Formats: sequence, structure tokens, C-alpha cells
Amino acid sequence: MSAVSPNEKFETSWDLAPAPESTDHVNLESHYDLFIDGEFRPSKSGNRFASVNPATEETIAEVTEADQADVNVAIKAARKAHDNVWSKMPGAERGKYIYRIARLMQEQARELAVIESMDGGKPIRESRDIDIPLAAAHFFYYAGWADKLNYAFPNRRPTSLGVAGQVIPWNFPLLMAAWKIAPALATGNTVVIKPAETTSLTALKLAEIFQQAELPPGVVNIVTGHGEVGAAIVNHSDVNKVAFTGSTDVGKIIQKSLAGSEKSLTLELGGKAANIVFEDATIDQAVEGIVNGIYFNQGHVCCAGSRLLVQESIHDELVRKLKHRMDSLIVGDPLDKNTDIGAINSSEQLNTIESYIQIGKDEGAQFYQPSCPVPEKGFWCRPSLFTDVAQSNRIGQEEIFGPVLAVQTFRTVAEAIQKANNTPYGLSAGVWTDKGSKIFNLTSQMRAGIVWANTYNKFDPTSPFGGYKESGFGREGGLHGLSAYLKV
Amino acid sequence: MPTTLPSHFPTVDQVGVVERAARFTTRSIKKVAKMQGLRMVLNMIDLTTLEGMDTAGKVKHLCYKARHLHDQVEGLPSVAAVCVYPNFVGLAKKEVSGSEIKVASVATAFPSGNSSLELKLDDVRMAVDQGADEIDMVISRGRFHAGDTQYVFDEIAAVKEACKTARLKVILETGELGTLDNVRKASDIAIAAGADFIKTSTGKIKPAATMPVTLVMLEAIRDHFFATGQMVGMKPAGGISKSKLALHYLIMVKETLGPAWLDNHWFRFGASSLANDVLMQIVKQKTGAYQSADYFSLD
Repeated sequence: MSAVSPNEKFETSWDLAPAPESTDHVNLESHYDLFIDGEFRPSKSGNRFASVNPATEETIAEVTEADQADVNVAIKAARKAHDNVWSKMPGAERGKYIYRIARLMQEQARELAVIESMDGGKPIRESRDIDIPLAAAHFFYYAGWADKLNYAFPNRRPTSLGVAGQVIPWNFPLLMAAWKIAPALATGNTVVIKPAETTSLTALKLAEIFQQAELPPGVVNIVTGHGEVGAAIVNHSDVNKVAFTGSTDVGKIIQKSLAGSEKSLTLELGGKAANIVFEDATIDQAVEGIVNGIYFNQGHVCCAGSRLLVQESIHDELVRKLKHRMDSLIVGDPLDKNTDIGAINSSEQLNTIESYIQIGKDEGAQFYQPSCPVPEKGFWCRPSLFTDVAQSNRIGQEEIFGPVLAVQTFRTVAEAIQKANNTPYGLSAGVWTDKGSKIFNLTSQMRAGIVWANTYNKFDPTSPFGGYKESGFGREGGLHGLSAYLKV
Repeated sequence: MPTTLPSHFPTVDQVGVVERAARFTTRSIKKVAKMQGLRMVLNMIDLTTLEGMDTAGKVKHLCYKARHLHDQVEGLPSVAAVCVYPNFVGLAKKEVSGSEIKVASVATAFPSGNSSLELKLDDVRMAVDQGADEIDMVISRGRFHAGDTQYVFDEIAAVKEACKTARLKVILETGELGTLDNVRKASDIAIAAGADFIKTSTGKIKPAATMPVTLVMLEAIRDHFFATGQMVGMKPAGGISKSKLALHYLIMVKETLGPAWLDNHWFRFGASSLANDVLMQIVKQKTGAYQSADYFSLD
């Protein structure tokens, strides 16, 4: 027996074999009722709609379409639970329930992550490593505040607002539910929440966790359905507080409809964030941050770094490196552990993204996409890049909510600030430079709620999140997130 | 070939590098890809013995192991090279003759590098005259820290000349460089001075090779390739003893440089105990069961 030559040639490009996460441990019902007053109940009308896996176009489960009558019942249950039980309970006791919810989420993290990826299309790496742990962390964090509200607002004796009506988007289904529910519960409010119609399943699994935690009936009610259900919640006269995350268009409608009412409101809306890279940045790490900024969660991120402002002197070098990095991204099955970019959430959203790509081409910007394979069925968009984008191009102004990056250049610090702020939005921004003084100068001049320096898309329950201008108002997370749910 | 010291060195953000390096370890390498990866790892190993107590017998046995990694399994690749001290080059050359296994020799007052340039060059010439295919030199870290980058550059260029046709691996000894910025700087100096490979460590200093350090060096290689079209090789050495870690290194090479570098002409592992762990994994892939380490010969 002799050994083969040491100069063995390996023929292929060493493509990775499929490594799908198992779905054996997932328990899903064929259909889900509404979660009202601590139990799953059918709707009055009996109408249902399908929740579709965007990677396979197959129906995962049927979800109930609520209507005004169901919303009325849910809000009534929430009111009763608030007035009789939850707002009267000592904070320390409320905290125990919230801790229990957080621990149960951790115990069931694997199942929640797989369902999140099946229902929404996001890569299992993200749902497993980011969405679910962060959602549990929000409950843990706010559980800690439940008995310390008097210390958070000294000499103010804060009290709960009452019933909170909450409407959340499809991009981070469970995480957004956690962002909304955890501070509301910690502060003694009760909740009626509507998940987005394409991604209701993890919220309904969360309802099962509430049952396991023996959360008192009516404290959280989950009503599923389309936009009309959200409108019914928001406009209901017995709701004291409205919290909405979603599109700017819907946010404007909500704000108008609440005018003249006593309801308090927080809105977390769209964005078109500038990710600014200076010539003295650490370029390879900036490229990584750009990729994480725009291709994270298929670009379905309100704070995505969708505009890249790069100093002209390093434009060509940076774009070459960025394209090289894009070529190594793996697009495909969300449940595969090696997938970097999963499925677009719905065919509707894919159409929106594709129409913006066409607009960008028509506007004369240079288009680039790697030639990576994508599955035949399902909704897919390769990571996309437009260079030579003008400030006046629509792809540089409007939120695409997909994996499409618009690259612009600047020459001076002043120009970078001007271009970054020259947008109706103001949710987030990124700054890349090795020079500390430049970071401080820029962060204080950005009209954006969150500014990341030498990193991007970092989230933490202790850190407030929210926008300027058309990106909304109010803050979620941290101490700031408490005040949105309290009379102080 | 560029022969001047670069005037500008890019900076590196340590937090970002560590984060990116960790990302490679989340890649799941299964089935066909795993088997192929394991074979590549074996084929990229520089089987090494660099001890004060090395003897002719030890070197001879190492060379036999290099040619016959695990005869119980048919069709295995051999390692890429054996790496020894200069006084054993002649012997090693004889022991691997008839195979295509290369003989690499450390030189230039390894591992500290603290000697005169003349003595270092003599060290190199001695190894080359005895037939070394590859020379693993160390840079003068003291001079580097003192700011005398020109000296470091000139010394590498002089060694490169003394190597004649032997390929030169330049050991940066990253465990003594202090920062990733310095790793990048030393990488650029070595590449500009004519290194055929850049290598992390002697194996005598901890930490030896780490994924973040290797990533910074791979980025230097990639930037050089983008600028000139010339490929330079990479050799992490020391501290890589498990197959899983080695596979993650290969993922890093593939995603940072591209598949062209997945070849032992361009990538090596400096390691002594890695081979047996890879063999154990290969046997496991074939039989479905792990065997005891006692079923794999030490050398």
C-alpha cells in the first residue's frame, strides 16, 4: 500500500453538503385559534387563512382571521385582567411570571427558531443565534424592572396605562412580540397584540408558553389576521396605548386616527440608513459590517444600512472587496445551517424588491449580483448592489426592505453628514473610521435614533431603539422603553 | 516583484476580526464535503519535529510516518512536507526520496532570530545545500518593535536570495507582535520582501496560530493578489491539533481567498498531532465508529 502523491489535486470548489436543521422536534397544529382570556378560542366568523413557508410555498398551518367582534372580546378580557389582577399585583410577583416566560422561551428555543425560519424564511443561523435568544433576553431584562419602577422614576409613583394595543411586523416576528409584550407586562399593562399575517406562528407558540407559565388569563391576548384586525385594535375606544412597528404609510394612518384621543402612541417605522465609510476605516471589517448591515435577514430590517456612503478615494477598493465578499454568501434553504441569506418573506415583498431593482437599472445605476444558485420553488433574491447611485435616485431615497444596497460617494465629512441626513427617515446610521474624534463628531450630528460606530445591527435589550422624523417616535428597550408604558 | 518597503499599512479592527473569524466556525461541514475537507487537511500538513532532543532516529521515523500515514486505509494522501532543523535536512531528504514529500527546514537562528545576518544566511545556505525544498525563517521581532521595519524587510529579501530555488516561508511569530495591526504590517513587509508563504508562529510561543490572526494574514495575501495578481501561500502553525478546527481554517481560506488556495502549494498547516486526529475522523467517516487513539501510530 502506498500513499498518494502529496500534490493531490482537489477537483471541485469544495461546495458544502446540505446541513439542514431537523424539524422532528417541531410541534405545530394544523390550525390555530385566537388566544383570548388565557385560552385558544375559535373566532366568531370561523374564517381562516394559510401561513405559507416562503422557501417552499407550502402551507405550514392555518391561522384564524379575527374580526371586530373578536377584537372586542379580546380587549374586554384585557381590561378585566388589567383592572382586577395584573395592575394590582405587586411588581415582584409580575416579575416572576415574566422570568418564567423567559426561561420557557430558552427551553423551547430550538423549536421556536425552526418555526421562525419555516414561517418567515430567515436563515436558521439568525433565528437560532439572534432572534430567539434576543427575544428571551428582552423578557429577562424587563422582568428585572417589574419591582423597581419606583427607582426607575424616583418620586413619581408610576402607574400602568391600561390596555396596550400592539401591532407588529413580519421581519422579526417573535422578537418584535417580545419587544412589545415584555415592557408592557413589567409595567402592569395588559396586551392585545396582532402579529403580521404572514408570520403568526411563533406568536401563537408564545401563547402556549404563556399557558405553561400560568400567566393569568387576559393579560396577553393574541388576535391574528390582516390589516383590518390591526385597525380594529388601534381604533378601539377601550385601548389606552398603541404601539406599532411597521411601514411609515400605516404609521401615518394610525397617528391620524388617534388624533384627539387620549391614547398614547409609539411608532417604529421605516428607514433608509446611511452606512458611512471613511478612507481611514479598517476596510475589511467595514465590508463585513456593510454585508451585515444590508444582507442580514434578507434586508428585511427597518434599521438596515441600505445606503452605503463611501469616501471617493477608497470607493473602487471597497466595492471590489464587497463584491468578493458577496460572492461567498450562500443563498437558499433557511433551515440549512450554512445559509447566509434565506427566502424573501412573501411573493408580494419579492415583487416590491424586484420592481425596485428594475427602477435602479432604469435610473442608470450599475447593478451587481453574484451568480450563486437559488432554489427553484420559493421566493428568492440574490444579494444585490447598485453603484453610481445619485442622491436623487429613488433607490437611494425609498425603503426597499430587501437585500439591495445603494452605493454613493462623498468627499468631505460635511458632505457625508449632509447626505446621510438628507432623507425623510432617521432610524439608524453607521460610521466606520479608525479615528475616535471623527466618530464623536459624526454621531452627534446624525439625525438618527441609533448610530453604530465600527459595527452594525447590534441589538441589546438595555439599549433604547427608535427613530427621528418619518422613522417614528418613542423608544423601545432600556429604561426609555419603560416610560412608554407608564403614567409618570 | 516589488522590492521596496511599503509606505502605508492598513489598520485592523480587532473586534471585527474576532467576530468574522467566529462566523467561519458556524459553517457545518458534513458528509462528502467533510471527507474531502479531511483529505485536504492531511495533504496540507507540514509534519514537524523541532525539539532540542531531536535525533536521527526521531527524524527517520517522522519521515516514515509522513509517507505512511495510516496504511490500514487505502488511497490516503500523504502530508505535504516534513519540517526539521537544518542539521537533519540531508537525512530527511534521503528518507523521503522517491516520494513527492517536500523537506522544509527552519533557519535564521530559529526560533528567536537573534543573531547576525551573516550567521542567519549561513544557516539558510546550509539547509539549502543539503537539499531543503523550503526554508522557514523567522523575522527579527526585536527590530520590528524598535521600528526598524527597513531592517526586517532587507533581512527577508536577503534570505530570499540565499534560498535560491527553495520556497521561503516567513514566520512572523504573531504571539510576539502584540496587535493585529502589527500582524498586518509584518505580513505586508514579508510579502513585499518576497515571501512565498507567510507563517504565523514557531510553535515555541503561545499563543501560536489563531483564527483571527490567520484571517488578518489571509486578508494581506488577498490584498496583494488584488493589487498584483500574484499568489502568496499561508501557513498557520502551532495550536491546531483537531480536525474540526482545521476544517474551519479551510472554510476561512475558501471564503477569504477563494478555492485556488485550497491546495498544498498555497496552504499548509504546521502541526505535529493534527494528522492523527484527521485520520481518526476519516476512519470514523468510513466505519461509523471512533477508534481509540492507540490504533494510530504516533510517528
